[in-house]
Amino acid sequence: MTTVAVKPATMAQALTRALRDAMADDPAVHVMGEDVGTLGGVFRVTDGLAKEFGEDRCTDTPLAEAGILGTAVGMAMYGLRPVVEMQFDAFAYPAFEQLASHVAKMRNRTRGAMPLPITIRVPYGGGIGGVEHHSDSSEAYYMATPGLHVVTPATVADAYGLLRAAIASDDPVVFLEPKRLYWSKDAWNPEHPTAVEPIGRAVVRRSGRSATLITYGPSVPVCLEAAEAAQAEGWDLEVVDLRSLVPFDDETVAASVRRTGRAVVVHESGGFGGPGGEIAARVTERCFHHLEAPVLRVAGFDIPYPPPMLERHHLPGVDRILDAVARLQWEAEG
Amino acid sequence: MTVMEQRGAYRPSPPPAWQPRMDPAPLLPDAEPHRVLGTEAAAKADPDLLRRLYAQLVRGRRYNAQATALTKQGRLAVYPSSTGQEACEIAAALALEERDWLFPSYRDTLAVVARGVDPVEALTLLRGDWHTGYDPYAHRVAPLSTPLATQLPHAVGLAHAARLKGDDVVALAMVGDGGTSEGDFHEALNFAAVWQAPVVFLVQNNGFAISVPLAKQTAAPSLAHKAVGYGMRGRLVDGNDAAAVHEVLSDAVRHARAGGGPTLIEAVTYRIDAHTNADDATRYRGDAEVAAWRDHDPILLLERELTGRELLDEEGIAAAREDAETMAADLRERMNRDPRLDPLDIFAHVYAEPTPQLQEQQALLRAELEAEQEGGRR
Repeated sequence: MTTVAVKPATMAQALTRALRDAMADDPAVHVMGEDVGTLGGVFRVTDGLAKEFGEDRCTDTPLAEAGILGTAVGMAMYGLRPVVEMQFDAFAYPAFEQLASHVAKMRNRTRGAMPLPITIRVPYGGGIGGVEHHSDSSEAYYMATPGLHVVTPATVADAYGLLRAAIASDDPVVFLEPKRLYWSKDAWNPEHPTAVEPIGRAVVRRSGRSATLITYGPSVPVCLEAAEAAQAEGWDLEVVDLRSLVPFDDETVAASVRRTGRAVVVHESGGFGGPGGEIAARVTERCFHHLEAPVLRVAGFDIPYPPPMLERHHLPGVDRILDAVARLQWEAEG
Repeated sequence: MTVMEQRGAYRPSPPPAWQPRMDPAPLLPDAEPHRVLGTEAAAKADPDLLRRLYAQLVRGRRYNAQATALTKQGRLAVYPSSTGQEACEIAAALALEERDWLFPSYRDTLAVVARGVDPVEALTLLRGDWHTGYDPYAHRVAPLSTPLATQLPHAVGLAHAARLKGDDVVALAMVGDGGTSEGDFHEALNFAAVWQAPVVFLVQNNGFAISVPLAKQTAAPSLAHKAVGYGMRGRLVDGNDAAAVHEVLSDAVRHARAGGGPTLIEAVTYRIDAHTNADDATRYRGDAEVAAWRDHDPILLLERELTGRELLDEEGIAAAREDAETMAADLRERMNRDPRLDPLDIFAHVYAEPTPQLQEQQALLRAELEAEQEGGRR
């Protein structure tokens, strides 16, 4: 048995590898979007695909998001498996009608006769100093649209495994890529990529006994950092990475909160009408008698995403998370 | 060389990158809508095709009347009639080969039925017992699309995919005059032209988007002229002349199949009935206008041509009407049966496998249904 050195790889590289492997395994997989061909995408995630598979398999489309997704629908109707890139979170909005009226509903409308296996890749979230319309957390819109799976990786290995699962899924998957983690590195062996991760399973990233931080995507590393810092305050925090917002893994989340008795939901998306409200309600419904304190939320403020020089005040950071943990009614334990 | 000397030597030149893309002249539609019936060109039309068109138009009109009657009896939630537009509906569907695809809008039930879809299954959406009542793959008919023009990019994508796979399949996408104002109309035409996808876009300009006349919808010389901006051919046809519609459509389908790319066709027609049974057309148009169009009726135009050339007699007319009555009687009879409903079906096919959340909700509904059966509901 040969040992292959495990080198650090970035999340962007793992995503590229996932697309490449999916295209090599299945000729029905087509990548399409703005600048995905010659340029390799503005984040270089599709780098090399047009060269390796030709422009018919990795296509630079006209600059029109509704047209990209709308034509992908037709391609899926004819048996292809399109992987669509929306260049930025806020640039995906023109495609929303196609998404809500057709992509999400076609299987149901046709009693299962016409499933649409489309993966919609959306770089999302802030923290990269982007000017306006480049940093939105749009997951709540997708979560509120029945018929879509909504998935978001937080690690390099998951980026590969979840994207492979998304492309293999016979249902449409909105694949949210935390753009500030594109350049995050992990020891990951591209020659032996991690197995495909099933969609719909959360994972405990850090075990702890004091309280559970429930989070996903770009906020996972922030929560892990907060959990390390919390040790100094005597708190042993558990961190649950949801990975999939739809379907939602109630089982893993509830099991964690029943163990710890306290929970904080952390995300960049605004708190009002955001995913945290749904998650807090689900936890409360399932764990009420195990809870020592109300489930708290640490979310982005309910404001249009701020200009880049002010974004650090908006994004949930370690201090804001620890302040929330401090408010989990520890005095009652006495 | 000093800066001033450089300036002195500078000679303005045209922008380096610019060159004409193509000559727009061949893309332009004719000045008048193309006509066949009542012209010399009619002599060249295939008599069998004309008779087939006639029989189907008569059936189509009867179908519209029957479906409208079913709304009054509470058997259909709503019906958007295409009376007056039967030539567009039928001739367009007949211009396709079996392997081709149709992408209809909500008013195109006649085209759907003309493709071979069961007349009752075509009405499932409007009866309301499900959304799409037919298997789209059985007759290669996409679901009737209610959000305007959103089905057009689907047609482009399907045609593009077929071409990538090496299949000589053509997609026909239908839309109304109002739908041409939607962004998806623009994006679909642009993608189709850039990809040279084998698609035919048929715009039925029936004069109104519910109540809004074309003048408030566009300032274009004609809807067919819009093609030129995309670099595709625009064609203008008398939408009440079934022979002309069939000819223009068939030509566009041939052109697309041969790799010539997409065509935009504007069929000039008129919606004789109101938008739907729930609409009151007297609020936005006068009787005289409707009467003028009744004189340019698609069935009468075809009937005059056929009888004038002794391709059809009283007996033939009676036979077509009888055939239409048989279809209507069957439709009436089957639509008067209550559809079989299973409330738990609303959870079916949301995903390939129901999520745990949907399983919980389905269990809740099942319990409610059981309690209802036992008469134990509060």
